[in-house]
Amino acid sequence: MKQRWTDYAILIIAAFALWQAAWYLAGSEALTPPIETVRRLGVLMEGARFWEHARASGVAFAFASILALVGGLVLGIAIGANPVAHEILTPILSTLYSIPKIMLYPVILLVFGLGLSARVAFGAMHGFFPVALFAIGAIRNIAPVLLRTGRVMRLSRLDTVRSILLPAALPEIVTGLRVGFSATFLGTLMGEMFASSEGLGFMLIRAMDIHNVPDIMALTLLAFVIATTANIFILAVEERIHSHGA
Amino acid sequence: MKHPALWRLAIVAGAVLLIEFLCRIGIIDRVTMVPPSEMVVALVRMSVGAPWFWPDAWSTFRNIGVATFLSIVPGFLIGLIIHALPRLRAVLNPVFLSYYSVPTFVFYPLLIVIFGINSASLIVMGAMFGIVAMVSATLVAIDRIPRVYGKVARVIRLSPWQTALRIQLPAATPHLMTGIRLAVTYSVIGVIAGEFIIATAGLGRRLTLAYNDFDTATMYGLILLIFIGAAIVNIVLQRLEGRIHKRWYRA
Repeated sequence: MKQRWTDYAILIIAAFALWQAAWYLAGSEALTPPIETVRRLGVLMEGARFWEHARASGVAFAFASILALVGGLVLGIAIGANPVAHEILTPILSTLYSIPKIMLYPVILLVFGLGLSARVAFGAMHGFFPVALFAIGAIRNIAPVLLRTGRVMRLSRLDTVRSILLPAALPEIVTGLRVGFSATFLGTLMGEMFASSEGLGFMLIRAMDIHNVPDIMALTLLAFVIATTANIFILAVEERIHSHGA
Repeated sequence: MKHPALWRLAIVAGAVLLIEFLCRIGIIDRVTMVPPSEMVVALVRMSVGAPWFWPDAWSTFRNIGVATFLSIVPGFLIGLIIHALPRLRAVLNPVFLSYYSVPTFVFYPLLIVIFGINSASLIVMGAMFGIVAMVSATLVAIDRIPRVYGKVARVIRLSPWQTALRIQLPAATPHLMTGIRLAVTYSVIGVIAGEFIIATAGLGRRLTLAYNDFDTATMYGLILLIFIGAAIVNIVLQRLEGRIHKRWYRA
């Protein structure tokens, strides 16, 4: 574990060095160097508008996550537990998952208008499918012998779900939640970029429109740091659950 | 279940008919969505009549194709290198995982500064978005090659090259296929998002123009086209993937 942290430190330093080198090559028209980007982020964070946008993003992301995670889990477990439904519906879900949902932004705008619900819908529809598909996989991959054991012990339906189904499926479900989290995050940001008038994604697209390179870099860095931190955290939980099961 | 494909078709057809019905009786108003039948008519009409249709469709299609290629081949090679360096792989893992929670196309304006407003920017955009999926899939693919295959290669005294080409590459194919499918999807997103933002040609640009002009029929015709295109590519690749999987894991 200690070596891991040293390696992370080396990685960050190497990334900054590469970034600095890229700046020397491409120039300030294309990107800003690392130190200046961090400084710019600090300046942005002092403004009151920034926190308004950040709060708007946070609210949209929270709603979108709840919808995607709960909806995806319920549907995924229902389909996973029913072989007929699985055979018919899973291919439809995986096709919908792989379709570029970004092209639907005009539809979302027309249906929901320029508000919170549009951003929530955009985020949720990105996260929903991976969560559902991982949940289906999790239930389908449970060793049949576990369920047979449950039947031999005459467990009730509820007890079977609680003491067999959930523990056995948990590791893969957590993986699905992590992927769903990432997709919802991306979806919310994209929704804000193309279908919103507030939020960090909106700040980003506005910076892009007026070619404000320091702001683009600072906001992207922020999004990347948030996503990576969250992923490292969920990954640690995941590793724990996986090793617990073994 | 005897005919899952027929059931699927029935479900999709039912959903389309439901939308058609809701549009026709006015529960969904025309500004929000035109009936599916009119989407098809709009699509056919523009493919026959609109002078921009084929050049723009070709431009998008070509850019996606090149971007996919540029994510698959370098992605595979980078995957090989990273797989050989476990420590590098361990630290890069969270970066790979969080890569797809950040809209990489925010760098599109920076690409425009470097390449100009042209296909090169869009292609690099699509490739940047697709490549990480291929790198991750390559890592998984090599991990999943059964150990015993390596032993067999040693027993029959294959050279390292022969082992790589005749045993490792074919054995890794099923998971590489997953990576290719994801690389296509992400390349599509990258290219089309770029066209939404700034482009001189392409279906994404036409979609934005139609939306801005309140030309709902054209807009839905184009969405239908992208939807069908993406679905067909995905289903074909999925079939291929399933077939390869079966061949390798039959035993």
